[in-house]
Formats: sequence, structure tokens, C-alpha cells
Amino acid sequence: MSYEVLGITVLWVFLFGYLIVASIDFGAGFFSYYSTITGKRHLIHNIIERYLSPVWEVTNVFLVFFFVGIVGFFPDTAYYYGTALLVPGSVAVVLLAIRGSYYAFNAYGSKKNNSIYILLYGASGLLIPASLSTVMTISEGGYIDVDPAGKVTFLYAKLFTSTYSWSVVLLALVSVLYISAMFLSYYAKRANDRSAFEVVRRYALAWSAPTILSSLLVFFAIRGHNAEHFAKLQSHAWMFVASFACFLMAVYLVWTRKRLGLAFIFVMLQFGFAFFGYGAAHLPYILYPYLTIHDNFTSQPMAIALISVFILGLLLLIPSLYLLMRLFLFDAKYVQGKRAK
Amino acid sequence: MLLSGYDPVVYSRILTSLTLAFHIIFATIGVGVPLMIALAEWIGLKRNDEHYLLMARRWARGFVITVAVGVVTGTAIGLQLSLLWPSFMRVAGQSIALPLFMETFAFFFEAIFLGIYLYTWDRFRSRMVHFWLLIPVVIGSSASAFFITVVNAFMNAPAGVTVKDGKIIDISPFGAMLSPAMPTKVSHVLITAYATCAFVLAAISAWSLLKGRQHVYYKKALKLTMVSAFVFLIGSAIIGDLSGKYLANYQPEKLAAMEWHFETSKQAPLVLGGVLTKDNEIKYGLTIPYALSILAHGTPNAEVTGLNDIPADEHPPLWIHYLFDMKMALVALMTLISSVFMLVLWRKRSLAYTSKWLLRAVILAAPVAMLTIEHGWIFSEVGRQPWILHGIMKTSEGATASGHVDTMLVVFALLYLVLGVTAVRVLIKMFSSNRAEDEIKARGIEGGEEQ
Repeated sequence: MSYEVLGITVLWVFLFGYLIVASIDFGAGFFSYYSTITGKRHLIHNIIERYLSPVWEVTNVFLVFFFVGIVGFFPDTAYYYGTALLVPGSVAVVLLAIRGSYYAFNAYGSKKNNSIYILLYGASGLLIPASLSTVMTISEGGYIDVDPAGKVTFLYAKLFTSTYSWSVVLLALVSVLYISAMFLSYYAKRANDRSAFEVVRRYALAWSAPTILSSLLVFFAIRGHNAEHFAKLQSHAWMFVASFACFLMAVYLVWTRKRLGLAFIFVMLQFGFAFFGYGAAHLPYILYPYLTIHDNFTSQPMAIALISVFILGLLLLIPSLYLLMRLFLFDAKYVQGKRAK
Repeated sequence: MLLSGYDPVVYSRILTSLTLAFHIIFATIGVGVPLMIALAEWIGLKRNDEHYLLMARRWARGFVITVAVGVVTGTAIGLQLSLLWPSFMRVAGQSIALPLFMETFAFFFEAIFLGIYLYTWDRFRSRMVHFWLLIPVVIGSSASAFFITVVNAFMNAPAGVTVKDGKIIDISPFGAMLSPAMPTKVSHVLITAYATCAFVLAAISAWSLLKGRQHVYYKKALKLTMVSAFVFLIGSAIIGDLSGKYLANYQPEKLAAMEWHFETSKQAPLVLGGVLTKDNEIKYGLTIPYALSILAHGTPNAEVTGLNDIPADEHPPLWIHYLFDMKMALVALMTLISSVFMLVLWRKRSLAYTSKWLLRAVILAAPVAMLTIEHGWIFSEVGRQPWILHGIMKTSEGATASGHVDTMLVVFALLYLVLGVTAVRVLIKMFSSNRAEDEIKARGIEGGEEQ
């Protein structure tokens, strides 16, 4: 494996990590808000808070890791994406800022739940996936223009009128709700919280069909937008078939209320197959057709240094993450709320 | 458009400074407060004094709010680097990706353990286990400050790279981290953050004492924080002097601009205050003979490079002299307040907790300390203009050419205003509705030994 492929794989793994943990987080925020306005907050609030409180900070780091890493390995991405993404990127930053801080203000700051804080926190959680998914969209090419002098212009009108970009936004929104509800079902079941479980199970099942439908929509849209990529996607067809099989298994398990932990593993596999299948078909382009992973890859000593530091970092992170999960995810007493803070 | 002409470079600079100015308030708290929490918890466990444990707990509770704002504004500046300075990041990605990457690891490490620490106060049979969880938080927060300052040090004095025709051609990733600016910058940033946080926490207890709340808890808190502040202040003074000597050797134009030193000369005098006329004459200044030579090289006869020996288009703006003088005045004020407090504490302890003037001075020291942090950064950053990468890339070449930076400036200014106001409101509410003495009563804590 060349350093380039190794580098992009590492980054893709982190982006996948972000996709999963952030979806749980964003979706939970939205459900928390939704349950407030529908009067079901008392049913699911405790479950959501018990999970989110110790992990909300960690979620953000996955994203920071990705964008710091990609500039390190592929410095040209800073130039192209940085110039093009000023507005959508800033919107995402503002939303992330509002969401993160108002979560903390509400969870730690106010004794009673402040409804404005909950609204800001819940609503921003749905807008963030939409704004972040713009990056995925423009990576397909066709939304930015590079003149011969190298000046990058972002074509807003094209992005806003394109079927492909809207199908990606739709997929992002729907999958956030689906992933989150699937996870919360597992968490509520572990907590032996029957009423919460029934609420989030209904959410999970309700969002499963839209998830698959919008994935199909993205496929069709990509066919019209970038035929080359679509052809490559077909050569990785087995990954998408596997993804669909995992989806069926996950929904079946939640439907029958059995083995919810396994069900969530199937959800991760479902998105894993689709995400890595999509990523593999996208290679070698980082930004079609201007930037491939071979253009201006970082110098060899820097690549080696980054990868070494990455491995050393993992040696530190994996045990720490394991500890975090053991204390707050797999500790039955904590999950059931029987432990004092 | 805000001004008559749209210049992305100017707006990018304003937006970056705005984000950083807001972020460093919370970043400084993020670096220093974990250390103070650790100190309090350690003393509490060693002396078996519940008051110090409660102190750690209350500080940690407020700390979470500031961390949240620190994390989100840190994410903002991280992304803004690429959004506003794409050409610079293209170069930085080649040369200083490593410390940026390591900073994220440190942040990751801190985030994980902070989550664990906050939710496991009563979870372990041995309370020392809970204390040890804080060590990764302290290491993580200081390490992320370390690595990000390494990046900044590289921008001030690039090292580990070979430059040909203004382009970086050969990079040693670890060599680039060992910039000559690194030791002084890193140690100065760390120790001043510790000192500032000690002052900020001291002001909180001084405030309560001034309000007539005479619980021994506040006295213990005030003593711990003021003694720490004094120690850290001595440390920053020593490192500050080393920073001056570094400047003389590696960035003489910054030193010359900040001291209005035009002619290269030996036995150079130091100018305090004063104003500069149009023909670069200094009026009304207080001149201290030999002082600049001593500051720069440690001996009165040393030669100090003057601005006239530096190309005019590489001069930093000359108004940084005022910034430096103001910074020194602020430092002098802090030193005075903490020395007087130490003296009173040593000679007449009871007065240290009751003298209204002394308590007011302690409260004043907190904003002064934070202001000095802001001031120091503005001075340091403006002082290396026109360079974004000293000797390699000018700031104007690194900025984005994209439109809408002016609109984004307005958007972010509003965001920081809202975040700042809410954070302060939440913090005040959090502690005024649950005072330490009430919590002591509610928890049924026996008073520790009288201090």
C-alpha cells in the first residue's frame, strides 16, 4: 500500500468514526427536542442525557482530526476546498459552535431545562449534517470552477439547483435520524427502560425505509452527475449489496426486539460497507477532476512522521476510548442510572 | 460591503484576530484551570480536607462551561485556518502538519478523560483513582497548548526547512518543531496561562469574601490561588526576559520596532512611553541608558540592531511600542498586587482576608491578567507583520481570494457576542444560586482544620 492510499484510508476511517458518533449525537439532540414539543420528553430524556454527557466532547475531535489530517497529508486540499468552502464551511462552524455550547449550557448550566437552549441545540443538529454534506457533494466536481491562473470560484447557483446535491442532503438528514434511533434503541434496552425503548424503536423503524430510499436516490443522481464515478461504483457493487443485507438484518432484529447490540453492529456495517464502497470508487480523486491523492502529496519524511505519530496516538487513544466505553456504555449500573455521578 | 473597498486580506486578518482573541480567553482557562483543580484535589486528599475537594468540584463544574466554548471556538479557528488562509495552509500542510496533528491527539486525550473525570466523582472506592484521572486532562490541555504554540513558533522563526526562491523545498518534520522561538514561546504561554487562571480563581473567592461571606472555604481558596499566582508570576518574569534575548538574536526587527531603536548601536538605551513624531523622533519618552543592550544580550556594551538596517517593507508597525509598554504596565500592576498580598499574608494573615482594598485589588488582577494575555498575543502577532511565515511568505500572499469574507466577519462577530454573553450568564447563575457555604451544608461536610 502506498503512503497516499494509507493516508487517505486513515482519514476515511476517522470520517467514518465521525459519521457514526456524530449521527448518534445529532439525532439524539433532535429527538430530545422533538420529544419536548410532543410531550414525551420525560420518557426518553434520561437515556439521552446519560449517554451524551460524558461523550459530547469526544465527538467533535473526530471531525477536527479529519480536517487537520487531510491538510497534513494532502496540503492542496486546503487550497481548493478552503477557497471554495468559505461560506458553507463557516455556516457549519457556526452551527457546530451553537450546538456544542448550548448543549453544555443546558446540561451543566441551568437546573431546569431551558427551552430556547434545547431548541438551538436540537435544530442546529439537523442543519449541521446538511451543511457538512456539501463537502461530499463538491468532491464530485462540477460545483467549482478553476481558472487557468488557479483561482477557485464556488458555483453557488449550481449547487442549489442540482438534484445530486439535494439527494445527498436528504440522505445525510435521514441517516442521522436512523443511526441515532437505532443506537438509542440499543441503549434504552440495556437500561431496561421499556417506555423509552418503545419510543425510540418506533423512531428507528420509521426512519429505516427513507434511509434506503434516499441511498437509492443518491445512486441515481450520481449517475446523471458523474458518469465516471458511477461506473466505478458498479465495479464495487458487492459492497453495496452487503450493505443492504446488513440493513435488512438490523431492521429485522429491531422489529423483533431481539439482540439490539448486534442490530447496531449491523447498522455500523451497513454504513461501513456503503461508506468505504463509495470512498474506494471515488479514488484516486479527492476533488474531481482537479485533485487526486497523488497531486502534491506531502513529502515522504512528513508522511512517515505523520503515520508514526498516528500509530503512537492510537496506542494512547484506543485504551482510553475503551475505558470511556466501559465506564459509560457497557456499565449496566451506569446505563440504568443506578450510579451516583 | 462594510468599507468602501472589499479586500479579502484585511477582512481575513480581522476575522482571524477576532476568533483568536475570543478563543484565547477560553483556551487560557482550559490550560490553567485543570492544573488548579488538580492542586486543590491533591491538597484535599493529602490533608483529608473536604473543603479543598469541594473546591476542585466547584471549579470543575464551571470549567465545563468554559471548555464547551473553548472547544467550539477552537474548532472554528482550526477550520478558519484553511478557509481564510488556503495558500498558507498549503505550505503549512507541508511543513508543520506534524505539531498540528499532535495537538489534535492531545485534545482527544484530554476530551476523553475530562468526560470520565466529571462523571466519576463517587464511583471508585479509592478517591486517589479519581484524582489520577485528572492527570491526563492536565497533560492533554498543556500538551495541546504546547503543540499549537510550536506551530506559531515556526511561523515566527521557520526551522527544519530549506528555502529556495521563497519556496520550501526540503522539510525535516521534527526539525520544524524545534524552532528557535519554540522554547521561550511555549514556556511563556504555559506559565502565563497558569498565572492567569490562578488570578481568575482568586478573584472569585475575593469577591465572596468582599461580599462578607466569611466561610473558611473562601480563605483557603484565596490563599491557594494567590500563592500559586505569585509563583507562576515569578516564572513568567524569568521567561519573559529570555524572550527578549531570543528576539534580539532571531527577530531583531520586532525588538527594534517595539523599542523604537532606529540606529544600530552599542550601549543601547531603553525607551519607556513617549510618542513618535512623523520623522521618527521620540518625544516625552523616559530613556534608561544601557537597558536595551542588557535586555537584548545581557551586557551593557552589546550591539543592538536598529530598524534602519532592515528593509523598509519588512518593518513591523511602529505602534507595537505602545502595546509593549502597556503590557509591561499591566504586568507591573499584577506583580504589585500579588507581592502586597503575599507580604500581608506573611506578616498579618487576618488582614489578607478582610482588607477591603486588598480584596478589591485581587479582583482587579483577574481582568488585568486576561488583558495581558490578549495584549501579549496582539503584540506578538502584529510584531511579526508583514510576514505570515517569517522570511518565507507574506501575510497578503496567504489569504483567501474568496468573496464574502466581510459577511462572515459579521456572522462570527454576532456568534461570539451571543456565546460570550450566555456563557457569562450561565456561569454567574450556576454559582450565585448554589453558594459554597450552602453546598457545604447540603453535603454535610465537616469543616477541615482552620487555616
